[in-house]
Amino acid sequence: MKVELTSPIPGKIMKVLVGVGEAVNEDDEIMKIESMKMENPIYAPAAGTIESISVKENDEVEVDDLLLVIKAAD
Amino acid sequence: MLEAFTNGFSGLLAGFMHLQISNVVMVIVGCVLLYLGIKKNFEPLLLVPIGFGCILVNIPLADLMEPHGFLRTIYDAGIMTELFPLLIFVGIGAMTDFTPVLENPVTFLLGAAGQCGIFLTLALALALGFNELDAVAIGVIGACDGPTAIYVTAKYAPHLLGAVSVAAYSYMSLVPVIQPPIMRLLTTEKERTVVMKATRKSVSKTTRLLFPLVITILGGLIAPMGLPLLGTIMLGNLMRESGAVERLTSASANEMANVVTLLLGISIGATMDGKIFLQTQTLIILALGFIAICLDTACGVLLGKLLYITSKGKINPLIGAAGISAFPMSARVVMKEGQKYNKKNYLLMHAMGANAAGQIGSVIAAAVMLSVLKGMGII
Repeated sequence: MKVELTSPIPGKIMKVLVGVGEAVNEDDEIMKIESMKMENPIYAPAAGTIESISVKENDEVEVDDLLLVIKAAD
Repeated sequence: MLEAFTNGFSGLLAGFMHLQISNVVMVIVGCVLLYLGIKKNFEPLLLVPIGFGCILVNIPLADLMEPHGFLRTIYDAGIMTELFPLLIFVGIGAMTDFTPVLENPVTFLLGAAGQCGIFLTLALALALGFNELDAVAIGVIGACDGPTAIYVTAKYAPHLLGAVSVAAYSYMSLVPVIQPPIMRLLTTEKERTVVMKATRKSVSKTTRLLFPLVITILGGLIAPMGLPLLGTIMLGNLMRESGAVERLTSASANEMANVVTLLLGISIGATMDGKIFLQTQTLIILALGFIAICLDTACGVLLGKLLYITSKGKINPLIGAAGISAFPMSARVVMKEGQKYNKKNYLLMHAMGANAAGQIGSVIAAAVMLSVLKGMGII
């Protein structure tokens, strides 16, 4: 099952903390988005492996923009 | 020859001879403010000039706050005339994006609830025997907004300026410490975990342009006494949203705000003369200011709970805590608290709405209070 993570807040991608193929647990911190001059942690919506990442550092994102896809562990 | 020499030398000691214990205490207070600003990063832009001003004014014989002293000149020009806080407001208006409020107008209510502390503290100060004008100045600490507090206090109770502004600014920086326990106390675990999705309504440019105009005209008609506060913040915001005067917007938000912050800080510090500042009254004011901010938070969260019930569980009551003017600290606190209970909950934009509403709310609350008092013949 694939789980898409879309941006919950508008802002700028500060850091992408994971790479494609990496295994993550639910609620792991996987990104930092700068919004309103503040650093906001973004957590994994599900456990699994990172299938693709759609953004890179310094990208501007809007709400609901696709950030990454996780292939959830069944 | 020898006599002239000793006389001259004693001139250099005169300052030490005139140093009173109250001055020594205030120099230490000034150093503590500097420490908090520089080392602890508590509102350094304000606490550094305030702390240094406080040290300057407590050095005897320099007479910096006597007529023609340079601090007195700055103070008379900018604080007594209320000009500095108003210029700061133009800058704040130019910095603040009110779109999150317009996206979610229910946050206006939270911005209003976050001002309850002003009125409750005003009542408390009256009950403790402060006279009406002093009580107004103390209550306005609950606006959680430095320039509003300074404006009102300079106008009606200038002798309390040091205490009120130190209370207002230090509590503002303590928002991340003061708010969370109150938020936890007043909400259930289930309420705190409510996920609110970000709204994605676009607000048209016309709406964003009309907003400052309507608020100014309507607010000014309702509470004319507060028009200087409302008018300046909305002028800044109109310039920002118009996009037509980029140079003025950027000058207001950066250069002017910075210069005025420096002058404002140093003249506030200059009001902290040991003789005036070191009274039990100051401690009571600091305590009341603390209560005011706790009450603001409590009222905001309680209204949040009411909205949680009326929206059938769609609104997370935590965002109510952001209905104060401490921007954007308070929204940040809400986001963090929300994530503590549910990592997939990003309350930031909703809290920003409440927070920006709180910023206007505090100005409107002060304006309303002044107009009501004027109606009652007190001022």
